[in-house]
Amino acid sequence: MGYRRIDGRAPDELRPIKMALGVLDKADGSAYVEQGGTKVLVAVYGPREVHPRHLASPEGSIIRCRYHMAPFSTQERKNPAPSRREIELSKVIRQALTPAMFLELYPRTTIDIFAEVLQADGGTRCACVTACSLALADAGIPLKGLVASCAAGKYQDQIMLDLNDVEDKGCQADLPVAWLSTTGEITLLQLNGLLTEDEFREALSLALKGCRQIYEIQRETLMNYYMAPAKELVSEVGQEGSK
Amino acid sequence: MSINVIPQITRERILELAGKGRRIDGRFLYQYRPIRIERGLIKKADGSAQVSIGSTKVLVGVKIETGEPFPDTPDQGVLMVNAELVPLASPVFEPGPPNEDALELARVVDRGLRESKCLRFEDLCINPGRKVFVVFVDIYVLDYDGNLFDASALASIAALMDTKMKPHRIEAGEVLWLEGEPSPLNLQHYPVSITIAKAGGALFVDPSLEEEQSVDALLTITMDEQNRLCAIQKGPGSFTSEEVFKSVQIAKEVSNYLRESLK
Amino acid sequence: MATQQEERKLVFPGDLIAEGDYFAGENTFKRENRIYATRIGLASKDGRRIFVIALRGTYEPKVGDTVIGKVIDIGFTNWTLDILSPYIAILNASDVFRRGFDPHRDSLSDVFGIGDIVLAEVAQFDRTRDPLLTVRGPGLGKLTKGRLERITPAKIPRLIGKKGSMITLLKNETGCQITIGKNGYVHILGKSREAEELVSLAIRKIEAEAHIPGLTNRMTEFLRARMKGSEDKER
Repeated sequence: MGYRRIDGRAPDELRPIKMALGVLDKADGSAYVEQGGTKVLVAVYGPREVHPRHLASPEGSIIRCRYHMAPFSTQERKNPAPSRREIELSKVIRQALTPAMFLELYPRTTIDIFAEVLQADGGTRCACVTACSLALADAGIPLKGLVASCAAGKYQDQIMLDLNDVEDKGCQADLPVAWLSTTGEITLLQLNGLLTEDEFREALSLALKGCRQIYEIQRETLMNYYMAPAKELVSEVGQEGSK
Repeated sequence: MSINVIPQITRERILELAGKGRRIDGRFLYQYRPIRIERGLIKKADGSAQVSIGSTKVLVGVKIETGEPFPDTPDQGVLMVNAELVPLASPVFEPGPPNEDALELARVVDRGLRESKCLRFEDLCINPGRKVFVVFVDIYVLDYDGNLFDASALASIAALMDTKMKPHRIEAGEVLWLEGEPSPLNLQHYPVSITIAKAGGALFVDPSLEEEQSVDALLTITMDEQNRLCAIQKGPGSFTSEEVFKSVQIAKEVSNYLRESLK
Repeated sequence: MATQQEERKLVFPGDLIAEGDYFAGENTFKRENRIYATRIGLASKDGRRIFVIALRGTYEPKVGDTVIGKVIDIGFTNWTLDILSPYIAILNASDVFRRGFDPHRDSLSDVFGIGDIVLAEVAQFDRTRDPLLTVRGPGLGKLTKGRLERITPAKIPRLIGKKGSMITLLKNETGCQITIGKNGYVHILGKSREAEELVSLAIRKIEAEAHIPGLTNRMTEFLRARMKGSEDKER
């Protein structure tokens, strides 16, 4: 057997992933993604009127995205005021999703995306992109495809997929990537750390492989959600029958 | 936003020309606008540099002070990069705290400097866990005509090359300042950043403002002198993996030219 | 002959629906020679045209649509109504005060107050202006009694059914009057609260199961079991 990681995974292995759709009642679309210890919740509102109005564009929707970490999501309490990192990631996540969208369809409106990290255990921005894409689909917002996201990195001189918190904190390089299912294009690409060109090629290919696996889970989640009859109502009817 | 609307015919021309391997200002695809670097303009700073790439102008000042280390790196100095999109630089810049564009700019430059390990952070420790040197890199955008990432990264490394520290000795966790000539910081690496634009099926470097606003996608790659990648930031739009790999090749070719300009 | 509904396949954004000499209808896009879905829905074909009946999404106003709106603001010369769409709808006072609106004499809040539910028709709408409503027409105006329910606008055709079969079933089984706003509000008026509640429950069931085949049969069973249940209780 090859290299085993601190949590027992192979270098090219994702952490266990759980996804759920339509988890919030008030939002137009919502999704929840768990990837190892990372837990994120996303709500989408819109297309809806823009306030303040001067931000509206006659050419199409604007996208507003907020990536935010809950104060209890990290070992030490995180100040709830948005940090520089969160503001940057909000922009990066928005730019990861925009290539998948048809903004011209709803002039003078906004699509608001709220991503909350409930528990941070590495790879939060990627989990958020994955969840945002599901939530946008759930909101019925037209998309060119699903956006799936996953990071690769270099830890202890080994290129590996989907870094957990320990690997993330001690890594030599972190390469978050997002991938648009229909075109195969990369919509998020950041590098934080040192990689040679060969290592970069290896890491990017590995991250894209992870994205494809995550896409399969996204699709499965959608399929299960839409093929299952309404649970609440069915159980009610079921009770009626069993009386 | 509306002040910066690009005329549709200009946009179309930029895309059409790129498809033919040409640029609206007559440049080649992998050609930067003229680069000028002036050092030591700000005597009150420990180091400074002003870089112009075409009409884009960025001034960077470096200040070294003492402060507390980060808890996870108690025996290392601290690098703080901040960027200001000064209102005098563009009709679209507004006064106020840094917006997401300014924060992104600072953080991408920060990543390039930090990950390349251009500074010897161990040498900047005074008293482990208590006191270290803090290197403040303040990016001041003076004239905005596109490609702020490359101009700011170049100005930052140029300013660090210009930075001198007064002679000092560290005794019992305190700094003792001595008489004599200041000496330059010891830089180990020279990261530069290369921004690549995608338009009309072509890739080109150093987009001007009107190019930036017309192209399909942007990618910024920071490389050290050994062609190691130390930071990447995709901006708007999307790339295929082939385009990403090609961009890395372009960055390799062009980065030497940028590093030459630092000499 | 296979019914059209059985041919319809559940698709998700980015799913490949067809390849070859087709053109992209609503909720699809074409890339190279392939037609992909852009929304969650049921893929359908009309000749060479491929389209998707969306299962999720907000209401997009169309001139002539009957909608049910909720008054959310009162201005000097108009009301603003939430019609569950990306755009807020406007109802002008001049449309209501037929003999000519006089701000000195007529008070808008006497006619429709905030929170009132109004049945109206979309009179004007384009990309540049918010939808304009009218209440000039038979049956249009304020809805005072009954119960309000919501359904995804895309699922309204299922609520109506083929040639009105589903809505007729609901009306006949429960004895309720049911008014459907194309924007997704449904107004229910029945003889008893229980009958209204049953329609409400039935709508939620259609909402959840619209895309699963055999809906009409399941709804018939559901309604009959429920009606029987309530009769038993009365005894």
